[in-house]
Amino acid sequence: MDRLPRTTAELPIPVNAARTVAKPVLLAVRHVGRIGMLVLELARALPEWRIWLPRTVEQTLAVGYGSLGIVLLTAAFAGGVTALQAGYQFTYNVPLYIVGSLVAESIILELGPVLTGLLLAGRIGARYAAELGTMRVTEQIDALESLGRNPASHLLLPRVLAGMVALPALVIFADATGVLAGWLAAKQSVGITNADFVYGTRAFFRPFDLWYSLLKALAFGTVLTIIPCYVGFTAKQGAEGVGRATTTAVVMSCVFILLLDLVLAKLLLPA
Amino acid sequence: MIELRGVRKRFERHVVLDGVDFTVNDGETVALLGPSGTGKSVLLKHIIGLIRPDAGDVRVDGLSVPQLGRTELAALRRRVGYAFQTGALFDSVSVFENVRLGIGEESSYRNASYCRDRVAECLRLVNLPQEAGRLMPNELSGGMRKRVGIARAIAGNPKYLLYDEPTSGLDPVNADVMDALIGRLQQELKVTSVVVSHDVRGSFRVANRIALLHQGRIRAVGTPEDFMAAKDAVVQEFLERDFQAAEAEE
Repeated sequence: MDRLPRTTAELPIPVNAARTVAKPVLLAVRHVGRIGMLVLELARALPEWRIWLPRTVEQTLAVGYGSLGIVLLTAAFAGGVTALQAGYQFTYNVPLYIVGSLVAESIILELGPVLTGLLLAGRIGARYAAELGTMRVTEQIDALESLGRNPASHLLLPRVLAGMVALPALVIFADATGVLAGWLAAKQSVGITNADFVYGTRAFFRPFDLWYSLLKALAFGTVLTIIPCYVGFTAKQGAEGVGRATTTAVVMSCVFILLLDLVLAKLLLPA
Repeated sequence: MIELRGVRKRFERHVVLDGVDFTVNDGETVALLGPSGTGKSVLLKHIIGLIRPDAGDVRVDGLSVPQLGRTELAALRRRVGYAFQTGALFDSVSVFENVRLGIGEESSYRNASYCRDRVAECLRLVNLPQEAGRLMPNELSGGMRKRVGIARAIAGNPKYLLYDEPTSGLDPVNADVMDALIGRLQQELKVTSVVVSHDVRGSFRVANRIALLHQGRIRAVGTPEDFMAAKDAVVQEFLERDFQAAEAEE
């Protein structure tokens, strides 16, 4: 009888190919399982409100105030550019009041929440992953556990809740600023009247659009805090590991925000 | 009493602990020696459940640590103080808050005057002035960070104290100060201590018993006198290497 293969290179090609495919799938399943466990830990930490509540307020203020300037700036540019492009495309083709509708709907349904989410994925995601990763590799998280304290209520839950509270609030400001900037830009560039812009904005507006915008913000706020918290919390191998965790957190948060954007649009917006 | 029976642990293919049997009796101070990278800190982390063994059992006060639920494990950890090698201080809060977090009893932790007094007392025990409480961890020297780490570990009035390399990275004078501090805490607090170290002379000063971890197992254990007189070639080699290093330093 032939001897058994001693290395993976000696295995038949289909077996090696199956291993190559299975490995990343199993890794992804493992990460999903661990994130599920993390969410469970967060839920179990909820009764410890005396610990997480003050820290959540602190984190929410830091995330909210700290990001407000850049969020408003981005929303203003997005609104302005949308108005300019709409004017460029629609002048002499369709009634100008459509510009009002397009600006408001683009900002409220898409640009406000998505741009704010992506901005915060970079700003807050990187910060959370770096903070928690550093705490992990310098044994601060071990120290917290060694004191009989729960890292979920001390470190994770305040950060996740801060994202879930701050992002919808920021998106409200982003939506308002974007529409306002779009209005001003449209007035300057295509000469739309205030009455036409308001008419256009109201013509296709549904109250659900605002709820949809806020729901997206809530979903993005959850994703862009849970992923960095998970990645930072499980960081390994010193400074290099923290760097890798930070990059992974930002990239994964951005990818999941875009993926969620698609899924929510498909599920919640009737065709 | 702390008991480890047949504890095995490996990280991927690297076997760190390969059937460790180790006992620490109430009231004694045991030094666990061994070269760097032999798994001393890993063994220490098993005692408070920061690492779970692949096989074997770890018992503290008769409780099997790997079997404990969250609440029981948290309660056990409040009875065990752990002084980390680098201090592992929470760098976003002051020294006062770091030490205060060591107060495990929730009602005491919420009592401001108790916390103030207790933190001051713990800082005094580790030879730090009360004013040090206002400093941030990044304003402390390496030795001070270790001492704040010990102050945090004793803040909850633990029954057991685990020291992870308390003298590593310290100059000889500060290492002696740290050894004296460990001895004094043992006398004043009457705690049971495990000191993980590769500093042989310091360990001989503070410990009632010495154990040598070699290739994942406890190779020798006994009083400092027994240890010095041991005929085991590995023990002799370890001691000789330390004495040669000491001579080179002098």
